[in-house]
Amino acid sequence: MFNHGLLERHSLLLVVCVLIVVSIGGIVEIAPLFYLESTIEKVQGMRPYTPLEIKGREIYIREGCYLCHSQMIRPLRDEVERYGHYSLAAESIYDHPFQWGSKRTGPDLARVGGKYSDEWHRAHLVDPRSVVPESVMPPYKFLEQTELRIDDIEDTLKSNRVVGVPYSEDMIKNAKADLIAQATPDADGLSAFQGRYKKAEARDFDGDPAKITEMDALIAYMQMLGTLVDFKTYQADAPENRR
Amino acid sequence: MVTRKEIDATSGTETTGHEWDGIKELNTPLPRWWLWVLYATIIWSVGYWVLYPAWPTLTGYTQGVLNQSQRDDVAKAVQALKSERAELGQKLAAASLEQIEANPDLLQFAREAGKSAFGDNCATCHGSGAQGFKGYPNLNDDVWLWGGKLEDIKRTIVVGVRSTHPETRLSAMPAFGRDKLLETAQINDLTEYVVSLSGAKADAQAVARVTTLYAEQCASCHGADGKGLREFGAPNLTDKEWLYGGTREEIKAQIVNARGGVMPTWGQRLDPITIDALAVYVHSLGGGE
Repeated sequence: MFNHGLLERHSLLLVVCVLIVVSIGGIVEIAPLFYLESTIEKVQGMRPYTPLEIKGREIYIREGCYLCHSQMIRPLRDEVERYGHYSLAAESIYDHPFQWGSKRTGPDLARVGGKYSDEWHRAHLVDPRSVVPESVMPPYKFLEQTELRIDDIEDTLKSNRVVGVPYSEDMIKNAKADLIAQATPDADGLSAFQGRYKKAEARDFDGDPAKITEMDALIAYMQMLGTLVDFKTYQADAPENRR
Repeated sequence: MVTRKEIDATSGTETTGHEWDGIKELNTPLPRWWLWVLYATIIWSVGYWVLYPAWPTLTGYTQGVLNQSQRDDVAKAVQALKSERAELGQKLAAASLEQIEANPDLLQFAREAGKSAFGDNCATCHGSGAQGFKGYPNLNDDVWLWGGKLEDIKRTIVVGVRSTHPETRLSAMPAFGRDKLLETAQINDLTEYVVSLSGAKADAQAVARVTTLYAEQCASCHGADGKGLREFGAPNLTDKEWLYGGTREEIKAQIVNARGGVMPTWGQRLDPITIDALAVYVHSLGGGE
């Protein structure tokens, strides 16, 4: 029979064998994700985040929203009933890193876009208990007082392009203008902006047209979450979309 | 390496040959039952590989002979729920208000389904008891901006208010102060006028000064008598219910800035039966017409 004593008495042999066993798990579970095309569904409507949305996403990460809010509707009846269609891999395709999360102290936010008004988001972020008395969320009033830092937006887009988000030269060149156009009502560059980013909503998100704040960015981000994929053209029961 | 076996005299078990200060380590074998459980799980995994999706291949993955899919399962579960609700749901869609109220089964179904959907989707703004907050209407009372009939409530749920729906309920009060449409003195007088409409004590001279101005600027939506017009979602100014507060400061702030709430459209997000149930639930809260 196999002599376990041999492994236990030779540390280098033990290390080599442990590495072999662990890497089998890694190769089987991780490696296929790099070459299998079928892991990501083919969907209509996904586009890279607009400059304002990606800034809002950075604030979402900075403030640690993912610690209490997931962005992953699991394929279970209760979740689909409450939050809407289960999340698709394709919906996180431009997320670096994705915000799926694993903790729900607050509700899932994968499809929060369009569910509440901008004004509700403002009131809720400034003082969560003013609209949800039983909430345990901390207040984020400083967001509406803090002007958004936009001088590095081109670099933000470029670094996302390095990891695979298809930002065009045109998008990077106009990043600052696009950011301002999305947060300013009736801005000049609005149609050019909406040409570059399909289905992007532009308005004054934070109720203060005079300046662009972190509140503008965060609400713009939340109002588009889960709204991009066109589920009318998505065939959930097609063989390539089975899981 | 130890080649000679040494048996511990007390326990009769082999030792490992390691010794510390005269204490020797026993080489006790793993319990037999534990080892068998380990071997059983390994055999179990082979069965699992055969039955369920398991191994990645070059172009996909092994599907398993059961052809199981988590996404198919959830689709079936949702479909089962739908057909469970379909019978009462279709009756609900076809029934008039009187018929719903006359049929206890139907009414209970609508209230239960409506209540859970309300908790998931509406309570965040209107409150878990539908009591509303400042800027978000109370749904228990008799005051309705866009109408309190069953069809009106349903329509509001479907299209929303100032939402992205093309046929949304839409109205915009001018921001008389912010957009400098009126002088500060005129706004102060108008505030007095609105205060007087609901029967509170107001400056009679100021009221007299702006009676014409009210008729020109406000009456087309709020009505000459101040009772409001539902076509425009214009609130009744003569009652004691205030969406944005009824103190002088709050009334003035509303004339200056003209806030208007946004209710999202639910027509795309919720299925028709849920919307019907929600409408009946809200209607039955106490204020339905």
